[in-house]
Amino acid sequence: MSLPELVAAALFAGVLAYGLFGGADFGTGWFDLTAGGSARGAAVRTQVDESIGPVWEANHVWLVYVLVTWWTGFPETFAAATTTLFVPFLLALLGIVLRGAAFAFRKYSGTLGQARVFGAVFAASSLLAPFFLGTIAGAIASGRVPAEGYGDRWHSWLNATSLFGGAIAVGTCAFLAGVFLTADAARAGRVALARTLRRRTVGVGVATGALVFAALVPILHDAPTLADGLTGRAAPLVALSGLAGVATLVLLVRHRYAAARVAAVLAVGSVLLGWGLGQYPWLLVDEVTIEQGAGARATLVGLLVAVGLAVVVVLPPLVWLFRSTQWPATAEITDHGAGR
Amino acid sequence: MPDLLLGALTADPAGLLPAREQMAVSLGWHIVLACFGVAFPTMIFVVHRRGVVRDDAVALRLARRWSKVAAVLFAIGAVSGTVLSFEMGLLWPGLMGPYGDVLGLPFAFEGLSFFVEAIFLGLYLYGWDRMPPRRHLLLLLPMAVAGIVGSYCVISVNAWMNMPTGFRVVDGQVTDVDPWAVLFSSGTVLSFAHMWVGAFMVVGFVVAAVYAAGMLRGRRDDHHRLGFTVPFGFASVAAVVQPVIGHVLGMRLGETQPAKLAAFELATTTEQPAPLRMGGLLVDGDPRFYLAIPRWGSFIARGSFRKPVAGLDTVPREDWPPVNVTHVAFQTMVGIGTLLAVAVVVFWIARWRGRDPLAHRPVLLGAVLAGPLAVLALESGWVATEVGRQPWTVWHVLRTPDAATDNPGIWWSFAGACLLYLGMTVAAYVVLRSMARRWRAGEEHLPSPYGPEEVPR
Ligand code: HDD
Ligand code: HEM
Ligand code: HEM
Repeated sequence: MSLPELVAAALFAGVLAYGLFGGADFGTGWFDLTAGGSARGAAVRTQVDESIGPVWEANHVWLVYVLVTWWTGFPETFAAATTTLFVPFLLALLGIVLRGAAFAFRKYSGTLGQARVFGAVFAASSLLAPFFLGTIAGAIASGRVPAEGYGDRWHSWLNATSLFGGAIAVGTCAFLAGVFLTADAARAGRVALARTLRRRTVGVGVATGALVFAALVPILHDAPTLADGLTGRAAPLVALSGLAGVATLVLLVRHRYAAARVAAVLAVGSVLLGWGLGQYPWLLVDEVTIEQGAGARATLVGLLVAVGLAVVVVLPPLVWLFRSTQWPATAEITDHGAGR
Repeated sequence: MPDLLLGALTADPAGLLPAREQMAVSLGWHIVLACFGVAFPTMIFVVHRRGVVRDDAVALRLARRWSKVAAVLFAIGAVSGTVLSFEMGLLWPGLMGPYGDVLGLPFAFEGLSFFVEAIFLGLYLYGWDRMPPRRHLLLLLPMAVAGIVGSYCVISVNAWMNMPTGFRVVDGQVTDVDPWAVLFSSGTVLSFAHMWVGAFMVVGFVVAAVYAAGMLRGRRDDHHRLGFTVPFGFASVAAVVQPVIGHVLGMRLGETQPAKLAAFELATTTEQPAPLRMGGLLVDGDPRFYLAIPRWGSFIARGSFRKPVAGLDTVPREDWPPVNVTHVAFQTMVGIGTLLAVAVVVFWIARWRGRDPLAHRPVLLGAVLAGPLAVLALESGWVATEVGRQPWTVWHVLRTPDAATDNPGIWWSFAGACLLYLGMTVAAYVVLRSMARRWRAGEEHLPSPYGPEEVPR
């Protein structure tokens, strides 16, 4: 691997981590939004609070990592993307800001009325953000970001690949979140809540799977370079993703929640990886390759130093955070108001 | 007003003016919360440690409450910082495209620190009643360190914009990039010190103001005393040190950015020795309405009563910053800084002589006012620095019109940003108020209102 490719790999590792961790975070918004009125939805919303409360901020930093690595490692392509995809970037940003703020506000809001307002903002913006991030990915993957920037501000992201990309992003986020929430609820002994969540997650999973296959048809026409990659080099990953997705559903139905989590991560992770491999060696498809887009060598080396430091300094406490907040059962919380 | 339009002489990109406004609003908002990220963990640590080591229930309760406040503030601090990351590209493609690989590395290390801060914040908030008390307490230390390292890194980017290093421009191409030179630039240390101390002033005075307000309403218990004393102590030390650092920082400007210094001092012509002008505005190119103190301008700007201060006449007209904004902002900062430094010295002398200043309502009132004043000083300092750097985004390298986006839609995004920040400010205020009210009503754990009653914390 060349130096720019190494940095691109590090960048993509961030995309992957954000897709999985941030995605599972975002997806909780779907279940929160559809949980029902305040009495009926209390159990789901409390579970959402508890599951992502301690980790959402850390999960969110992956996005900052991705942006920073992108503009430092491949500066001109970053400027090209922001000038072309101004609108979806802005709307994704809006979603991210509203969601983080509203989530924190809701947790400490003083009245049910306030909690409702913040909750609605949190849940709705949780769908907004992945949708527009998905359209950005679609625009890049379908070769709509010109190297010199200032591409078509509307058609660049209002097209089949982008819109399907957005919808798929929302679906996969919800799917991941559903699997995680179900597992968390079951581990905490909230049987009725786990049952509802499981049922709804299976629904989301089937719908998202159908969406992914439906999307293949327009993508084959609309994004030929990506399509070549997906059906060629990345085909095994696409197949793996499909298999893992089905496995997740089967495991959910059989109450094997811990295993279902692994399968779901595999399913979504391999789709993302497939996209990356599918568009390799392009950074902006059909416009700029990784080698062409790379910034100064000294900076790329510096970035790799930062990444190395991150592995040493950030990963161990991150693992500690997930271990201590996510894995032990919090059995003292009862199954209150679930599934009614 | 002609001042503000100075950049608009040639065909400017459509996004220039709104982009500048939007950047100013989002940075101005973020910086206040960033201060909490820098200074609050240290203050919580002091209080929490007292609670653990001395088995002090009041201190422990205070630390627990502060940690919940921190949870809210850090969350909106993090999202508003994310706004900035996006805006760097959305508003300033002409900066990020050509110079992204020059200035980017410090941001990468900044990202690392935010990761650490977010992780340990999560652990700390979760750890109450779940971890051995001493280990739980120690979780604050990585947060405090990360806040400091993170702000050092961002400041190094800002210092680079003022004193660019680590690259050469040959035939319009950026070459010989050395990103480490940006991170470890000698220009950063002073700016960082000033910012760091400023953060302790802002957080210290603001938090102390909350408890001073409580005491004004008659809530004079141990809880309020401690809640006032710890942050006020930090703020006091910071307030005394700050003018010294600021002064040294100003002296450097004489060499690195004389145009900015001239605007700070409202110096249209070079004078030796130069007077200190208090107040004043530039009207039709002449300074008016000021009070002049002979020789002190030279001392403040150059550290000697005799040295000359270069005036704006040494700077080509098209390179002038907006003089009035810069000057007023600078004087606001310095005025408030001086006032606060004197005030805390008087306060502690009175304390030391065995009086209790907190028994007097005017003192408490002053303490309440110090909070917003410190914030105003911080904002003014940034406005002075950033507007004073104009018309350059990167000093003598990249003009702001060349950095800005050519997108005509920025007025919309600017309006949206204003609404968003207004909304977040109101919401944060409402939520923090209702937290305080519930605490006073004896509800310590603040369960979420839609949840089952027995949810812990
Ligand atoms: C609580 C906040 C606060 C207070 C009380 C002061 N400052 Fe300040 N000042 C800042 C907060 C600040 C700041 C917002 O943090 C700035 C902007 C950039 C920076 O690094 O610090 C700043 C910038 C700044 C600069 C511009 C540096 C540059 O452009 O490179 C100078 C010369 C001073 N300050 C000088 C002073 C003096 C002489 C003060 C005396 C009382 C003072 N400041 C008080
Ligand atoms: C262009 C300027 C800036 C950019 C792009 C920027 C970016 C960011 C980002 C992305 C975050 C969120 C990190 C997270 O998710 O936790 C953040 C938070 C933070 N920023 Fe900024 N920032 C800027 C200016 C500043 C300044 C001037 C300071 C000052 C000292 C600062 C200090 C901090 C601190 C301490 C935090 C953590 C705050 C918290 O978690 O509450 N930033 N910033
Ligand atoms: C260290 C962190 C910071 C960085 C890297 C930074 C970066 C920038 C950039 C890239 C611009 C746009 C280019 C330009 O106008 O020259 C800008 C403008 C500006 N920033 Fe900063 N900034 C920082 C901190 C702050 C803070 C905390 C404030 C608080 C008020 C602030 C206030 C402004 C203002 C008022 C402008 C517009 C100036 C004008 O157009 O007249 N900056 N900054």
